[in-house]
Amino acid sequence: MGTTPPVNPINAGDTAWVLASAALVLAMTAPGLALFYGGMVRRKNVLSILMQCFMVLAIVSVLWVVYGYSLAFGKGSGFLEPYIGGLQWFMLNNVSTSAPNPDYGPTVPHQAYMIFQCMFAVITPALVVGSFAERVKFSAFVLFTILWLTFIYCPIAHMVWSTDGLAGHSWGALDFAGGTVVHMNAGMAGLVTALFLGKRVGTNKPGMHNVPFVMIGASLLWFGWFGFNAGSAVAANNLATSAFVVTNTATAAAAISWAVMEWIFAGKPTMVGAASGAVAGLVAITPASGFVNVGGSLWIGFLVSVFCYSMVAWVKPKFGYDDTLDAFGVHYTGGLWGALATGLFAVKAINPNGSGVFDGNPGQLLTQAKTALLTTIWCGVGTWIICFLIDKTIGMRATQEDEVFGLDLSQHHERAYTILD
Amino acid sequence: MKLVIAIIQPYRLDEVKKELYAAQVNLITVSEVLGHGRQVGVDEFYRGVKETGNLLRKVRLEIAVNEDFVEPTVKAIIKGARTGKIGDGKIFILDLPRVIRIRTGEEGSKAIG
Repeated sequence: MGTTPPVNPINAGDTAWVLASAALVLAMTAPGLALFYGGMVRRKNVLSILMQCFMVLAIVSVLWVVYGYSLAFGKGSGFLEPYIGGLQWFMLNNVSTSAPNPDYGPTVPHQAYMIFQCMFAVITPALVVGSFAERVKFSAFVLFTILWLTFIYCPIAHMVWSTDGLAGHSWGALDFAGGTVVHMNAGMAGLVTALFLGKRVGTNKPGMHNVPFVMIGASLLWFGWFGFNAGSAVAANNLATSAFVVTNTATAAAAISWAVMEWIFAGKPTMVGAASGAVAGLVAITPASGFVNVGGSLWIGFLVSVFCYSMVAWVKPKFGYDDTLDAFGVHYTGGLWGALATGLFAVKAINPNGSGVFDGNPGQLLTQAKTALLTTIWCGVGTWIICFLIDKTIGMRATQEDEVFGLDLSQHHERAYTILD
Repeated sequence: MKLVIAIIQPYRLDEVKKELYAAQVNLITVSEVLGHGRQVGVDEFYRGVKETGNLLRKVRLEIAVNEDFVEPTVKAIIKGARTGKIGDGKIFILDLPRVIRIRTGEEGSKAIG
């Protein structure tokens, strides 16, 4: 009479999908976002963008396993509990490579979920790069990344996604893959840094030195985003399939509607416009991807480009802030629309955990708006304080001389292209 | 007729163009060139190895003008390009014996503007 062996909760298919998704999300940052942004700057600054994206990947990867994951996803204690986690998972202590964490991914090893989330923490500060591009000092950027991950990203991820966070757990906010945590957060930080640094010298528009880079980058973002959204199901199941399909649909719809907006208001549809539309669609569907059906995703996709195009083409010139590559215009605007749209279009038939206004739950829209406001305020105030501290210590902005000379040569002693050889 | 050739810092191009338009000089040819004057280039690093004295990017303007426009053109270029730092560039003024407009076959002063 032997005892029955315990059932192994780990599912091989789920684990494979989560690990593959983590790799897909890595590809979003480097090379995806790096090329998307890199193509949009002037030639003299392309390496500074590639370097910043690449170094975010390296720096955050290290911080995340040391303390970031614990602060974001660990249980908090005392009055801080709703805002930030503890240090019980410092150096991945007790984050198992074999046993799951039932709260976050009951069928995959806890570390698989941890490394998947690591890639989200990587891309978020990398998105901010788009707003302060072409004028930030590299050393200030490194310090900014470390402080911003610690005091902005980790708390907001905790509030929205952890099992004891303020917005997700207490309020019941829906954010499947990071509309607030990643996109509104990065976009808001972008606006604050752009305002803090002021305008670039001698230009107020993207340099667009390599449009093919922009297209390749946007396509890699689209590709990697399947890991971002479908991977957020933390299982290879029906929800992952649904998220995959609505992600593709909304992105396609947004690429079309941006091109149409340009065709109507600017005369011709452009490659950069279609690529920007696709990215806006990806952003907007992110929080909704695990809650909406195909009909909802079409609305989300077609409308997001209308909002983002308006921000980029009309609002930005009117106010005159130098959001170099429109991280605010696309990610904040698209993220806000996605967060609210989740409250409109979520249906129980897709995910029993969420239903929105059109599914008979009008209160959800308010919860979504509250969470968006929380993200905006926390990130806005926090990012300004970080900028202020960096500026008072090591200085945030490159000297005017370095800026006009180009950040590639002035910050890295390298240049991307040669003329004669 | 004169041919005004100016070598300027690339990032001053927008300013110089603005000043030229303000002086009613609307026809220019711009090319990208490499070179250095007293700056003697700048250091670059390749995997930690220093390479000194690389050529710097400059922008070269070519403007063909009638005599009346020589001084306004020169003034506009200086106004737009001068920062007071080494590397601001140079202006060369050459005699221009013949100018032909390809479309009409016109020659001389008529063809220039």
